[in-house]
Amino acid sequence: MAIITEKDLQPTYDVIVVGSGAGGGQSAYTLTMNGVKVLMLEAGRNYDPVTETPMFQTHAQMPLRGMSTKEKPFGFVDATVDGGWNVPGEPYTQASDNPDERFMWWRPRMLGGRTNHWGRISLRNGPYDFKPHSRDGLGVDWPIGYDDVAPYYDKVEMLIGVYGSNEGLENTPDSPNGTLLPPPKARAGELYVKKHIAKFGMPVIPIHRAILSTRQDHLNFPARLHPNNPKAQKIIAKAMQERAACFWATDCGRGCAIKANYQSTTVHLPPALATGNLDILCNAHAREVTVDAAGKANGVIYIDKATGQERAVKARAVVLAASSAESSRILLNSKSSRYPQGLANTSGEVGKNIMDTVGTGLGGHMPAFEGLPVHNEEGAGTHVYIPWWLYKDASKLGFARGYHIEFGTGRRMPSLGAGGASPGYGKSYKEEVRRTYGAGIGFSGRGEMIPNKDSFCDIDPVVKDKFGIPVLRFHWKWSEHETRQAAHMEATFAMIIEAMGGKCNKPETDGNKAIEPPGSIIHEVGGTIMGADRKTSVTNQWNQCWDVPNLLVNDGGPFCSNADKNPTLTIMALAWRASDHLIEEMRKGNI
Amino acid sequence: MENNSPETPPRIDRRQALKWLGAAAAALTLSDQLKLFGASAKKLKLVSMADPRSPTNAKLIGTDPLLNHNYTPGELWPLTLTNKQRIAAAALIDLILPPEPGDKLPSALGVQDFVDEWISSPYEETNKDRPIILVGLDWLDAEAQKRFHKDFVAITEAQKCQIADDICGKTAVKKEFKNQQNFFSRFRYLAASGYYTTPQGWKDIGYVGNVPSVDFAGPTPEALKHLGLA
Repeated sequence: MAIITEKDLQPTYDVIVVGSGAGGGQSAYTLTMNGVKVLMLEAGRNYDPVTETPMFQTHAQMPLRGMSTKEKPFGFVDATVDGGWNVPGEPYTQASDNPDERFMWWRPRMLGGRTNHWGRISLRNGPYDFKPHSRDGLGVDWPIGYDDVAPYYDKVEMLIGVYGSNEGLENTPDSPNGTLLPPPKARAGELYVKKHIAKFGMPVIPIHRAILSTRQDHLNFPARLHPNNPKAQKIIAKAMQERAACFWATDCGRGCAIKANYQSTTVHLPPALATGNLDILCNAHAREVTVDAAGKANGVIYIDKATGQERAVKARAVVLAASSAESSRILLNSKSSRYPQGLANTSGEVGKNIMDTVGTGLGGHMPAFEGLPVHNEEGAGTHVYIPWWLYKDASKLGFARGYHIEFGTGRRMPSLGAGGASPGYGKSYKEEVRRTYGAGIGFSGRGEMIPNKDSFCDIDPVVKDKFGIPVLRFHWKWSEHETRQAAHMEATFAMIIEAMGGKCNKPETDGNKAIEPPGSIIHEVGGTIMGADRKTSVTNQWNQCWDVPNLLVNDGGPFCSNADKNPTLTIMALAWRASDHLIEEMRKGNI
Repeated sequence: MENNSPETPPRIDRRQALKWLGAAAAALTLSDQLKLFGASAKKLKLVSMADPRSPTNAKLIGTDPLLNHNYTPGELWPLTLTNKQRIAAAALIDLILPPEPGDKLPSALGVQDFVDEWISSPYEETNKDRPIILVGLDWLDAEAQKRFHKDFVAITEAQKCQIADDICGKTAVKKEFKNQQNFFSRFRYLAASGYYTTPQGWKDIGYVGNVPSVDFAGPTPEALKHLGLA
């Protein structure tokens, strides 16, 4: 089994996995390592980071010095293929013309999905994050708690390789000893921030990122990952040895040819393929899940993008991991006489409770950083961050949930705009450029959004994409919990910059203006939330659809809340947990 | 990986090299340039100019370009500048970014070809600069002729400064030069972006990253001391 073309499709599979990113990659990995025969459908093209990643191209070797364009929104060498907030021929629509009520939907069209370009920030949800409603009466509690997910966080961290440290801070969980890889040293500017904001009670600690700061422990991790499964241990031990440690150059968003960071295409899929249990069919755009006479899922209809023809494949179970909104779309488009409002939607909750992350940023100039003796400050992107520090003050803030702060300093690779705003020309201009280069600082907040009844997606009654598939229509409203939080971020960043003697850009005091557009942070979750009550949720705690137990949603869809912690690690942990449960149910004959 | 080292300049084939001849010429003396082009200064002035009002309709990069490849200006879009404009651009780049001792002129690094690539490319944000840069470069030569009876490249450093001082915005710019001030500002943005992204520009600005290493060493003792952290 391998990356296949249509003619090599088997008549039937144990499980069809739709999507190949964090959720699909983890599902395929867990299932195939346990002997389950899997077909993975990917809407985009095959993609090989080992040969395709532009590891060493400098900006001078890119068109337009790597400028961001509408076709490559994160710049020329960003790993994303055929993706962005606009995918040609695959529109989505908005219920409102108001820019604050329009959701920007990021989609890639490539094997590995968004995992190829993401920021690799891998923070665990804490105990509070699973029980938000119990704490403040807002939003929805998860039917599971931190302890249910913790063993899977451990396993995912070992599998993908995460650098970071244990700090013992509130709602910021530690990992078991030996699980995390050592974090890279903090940069000079980061240490400076740490020193100057301690008085505000703000900690600066190593962030957790899915990057190999050292090679993985291929002697001990395999047995911890796959007890009593010698074949799986052997395969993952070999795969771990094929990954090199980070060499602290080039940015991770390009992807990584030496497999030093996590992307599904370098970490999940190679060992899954090595089991011989995985077929991957690319350019296969899933349209709907089919059901048998008893109402159980029995396969998927997809569009073969090469011919535009519809095709059907069969399986005992189906796992959707197409991204939370796309999985909602597939369910809503899977209409039948039995399920006229879409599959798994007797609750009417499919497409509801969609969330993104609250974001805003502020920059400034730091005279203290001028003239810093020149040294290599590149490293691996983000090294440290400021976790949410005001849990005790929640009732006084005017907004319910917290945020963490990411920030950047130092002399990083010059790109477009490297001359800054220095005036004049000639020697004095160059001196001014040198003086200000590396003396900038930028802060970004990443905060929790509470799900609300005005933020959801449904099927546009008119518009179809180029394959003839009805498209999603988004509805969106921030609540004051989000906009006030954004204003608080701006004020906090200004306070920090000024406390360090810096000159900050003008902070935005109006949270409605400060908050970045919905969808722009690309932390889309919800839409098929899990719950203890089938009337108010789409899946149970095992990502199984209440109405269709052999249909799982293993992407961000089942998230009941979207903590400030970036969602990818939790997507993987839940996908592993749900896949383990699926295997057990299949063994028992329940599926 | 060694073949792709950041220190290795992009490989240029003969066809590309011919296209770049005009660029290389910009670094030579005026009389050398005239010999190279087999033309007199008068003839150079007659070189026809691309219409700055019409945006380029070249093909977009697309959503799936080949990434693992070293691109050179002119490879994706036909370039726009006439030889005369390219020479003026090179001279202005060298005025804005004079080399440090032992360094090459930025024009010898092909910074003007980046400017040319930029204004030749089919994007909204680059097309905005197209008329500004093309009209501005022509103005530069015309102004040099008006004041000193020579093209911009051929006048003395002091004379170049006299024109640049009027439009660079460091001191109050006269009303009559407002358009030229905008040209200078956009041109300087492009020149600096083009230059500081080259290996020489990195060294010049004080960037020493993008070097593979086993460990990330972190800040030096001197850097920590500078920040009062030692």
